[in-house]
Amino acid sequence: MTDSVSGTAGAPITDDAPATEAGGRRSVPFRGGGFAPKPVWYVAPLMFVALVLLWEFGSSNGYISPLVLPAPTEVLGAFSDLVRSGMLAKHLQASLTRLVIGFACGATLGVLVGVAIGLYSIPRSAFKPLVAAIFPIPKIALLPLFIIWFGIGEGSKVATILFGSFFPMVIATYGGIDAVDRNLIRMGQSFNLSRVAIVRNIILPSALPAILNGMRIAASISIILLVAAEMIGAEYGIGAYVLLAGNLMATDQLIAGVATLSILGLIVSWLISLAERYFLRWRA
Amino acid sequence: MDLEIRNLSHHYDKLEVLRDINITIPSGQVVCVVGPSGCGKSTLIRLIGGLEQPAEGEINQIGEPPQGSLNPLTYIFQDFALLPWRTVEGNISLVLEGHPISREEVASRIANVLDRTRLSDFAHVYPKQLSGGMKQRVAIARALAVNPAVLLMDEPLSALDSQTRELLMDDLVSLWERERFTACYITHNLNEAVRLGHRVVVLSRRPGEIRETVDIDIPLSERKVDSPELARTQTKLWEMMREEALTADRQLADA
Ligand SMILES: Nc1ncnc2c1ncn2[C@@H]1O[C@H](COP(=O)(O)OP(=O)(O)O)[C@@H](O)[C@H]1O
Ligand SMILES: [Mg+2]
Repeated sequence: MTDSVSGTAGAPITDDAPATEAGGRRSVPFRGGGFAPKPVWYVAPLMFVALVLLWEFGSSNGYISPLVLPAPTEVLGAFSDLVRSGMLAKHLQASLTRLVIGFACGATLGVLVGVAIGLYSIPRSAFKPLVAAIFPIPKIALLPLFIIWFGIGEGSKVATILFGSFFPMVIATYGGIDAVDRNLIRMGQSFNLSRVAIVRNIILPSALPAILNGMRIAASISIILLVAAEMIGAEYGIGAYVLLAGNLMATDQLIAGVATLSILGLIVSWLISLAERYFLRWRA
Repeated sequence: MDLEIRNLSHHYDKLEVLRDINITIPSGQVVCVVGPSGCGKSTLIRLIGGLEQPAEGEINQIGEPPQGSLNPLTYIFQDFALLPWRTVEGNISLVLEGHPISREEVASRIANVLDRTRLSDFAHVYPKQLSGGMKQRVAIARALAVNPAVLLMDEPLSALDSQTRELLMDDLVSLWERERFTACYITHNLNEAVRLGHRVVVLSRRPGEIRETVDIDIPLSERKVDSPELARTQTKLWEMMREEALTADRQLADA
């Protein structure tokens, strides 16, 4: 066959054809690969530094008006003022207390209700539609109600965070339980394991990845709600600080506060990653 | 302990799956059940072990399970059913935890079954680190740990490649030689059936009915891979099944 092809008259081989050895032998062209983006560790910090440098350059050369956006050095100055005056610690303490109490209570209750929905018919029928109806309501819209119910003080702020983290945890938990491999449950029953043992040793561990994933979402929602709640009648708290800075048009302080929130979010997400790496080390 | 299945029929809603099954599983013997896929083999073994209730008929245990048996009817599953978050050792201790036995006894039972299945070096390894064949060995070790009266195996080798299957088949034969366990062994693989079964029950396509029961008198240890007698039996079984398999293949899953 090779002979007849290469010998065909009037069909000269073009220049860009693959290298042809004598006898028409060519290497098979590679067509695979790609479609597999990999994280390159140094790109993100480089990108961040470049952005800040560009921003500083723009500010110091007058391309960016200080009214629109303060220079990074000014933001840094505002931040170091915040640290040196000891106010950062005060704001953070207030915010973290609310966040931890609200999130811990919301997540715990959410897991409990999620487990009940995942395991029993009556709670499932009762709560699943209720959760579906309340989850999409922005909890910020309910804040005035919470203030009436729980007072303008800590109560309404913690309640907002609690509600915000409760619903995603419920949904993640029963979703995880619904997805448990039936065969593993059957295995447990076939060895006469008690109901409690099946829940503890089979159902909860297999729902754990979904629960941790739910915590990630619930934590982000909690931080968003924290700031919203602190914007109403809070003396201390990162949210209150940001609000005050905004009212005074102190954009350098505003950005310092927002950056603190961003760092807080990153730390929370990192902590959850640590928990995942520890608790889910059995995962393939 | 013998198991006796009498006049067993089963259906899911309107789907008739099993019809009038009668099988006796005598103590110390391996009864293989073969049949085309979808004919109700898995349903049958779930019924035998009490994981589902039969629509009609009964399943009886005759005689007492051996002394110290923690779970007389014990399964070995096709997909191994190991908990990925527990080590080999933890997977075995799982099925011992609810029983009134001391910590020392649990530890010694685990060591014992790991030794019998030649898994002692892998006690602290997670399932994800093991090959399919090793996972199934762990499942076998777990089943042995509760001292079963009857092993109920649903296509235990079907998820494995053919080389691993040969190795595990040899393991099961030598295990039987040593322990003379009683088993109901479901498979669609006729070669496994003639290598491991003292008796082979052939089911028809769905609804599964018993078409034939074939006793194989050659001792398990003497059944060589290339034995002509086994090959004859296997061919005979295939002739019985061929027609059924052909029709079963064209059967709708939900009809
Ligand atoms: N829990 C169930 N509900 C409804 N139908 C089922 C159920 N389990 C099995 N079936 C049906 O019963 C038939 C026999 O299934 P199965 O026992 O798994 O067959 P086999 O193991 O021989 O391949 C199949 O048609 C299957 O779809
Ligand atoms: Mg099956």
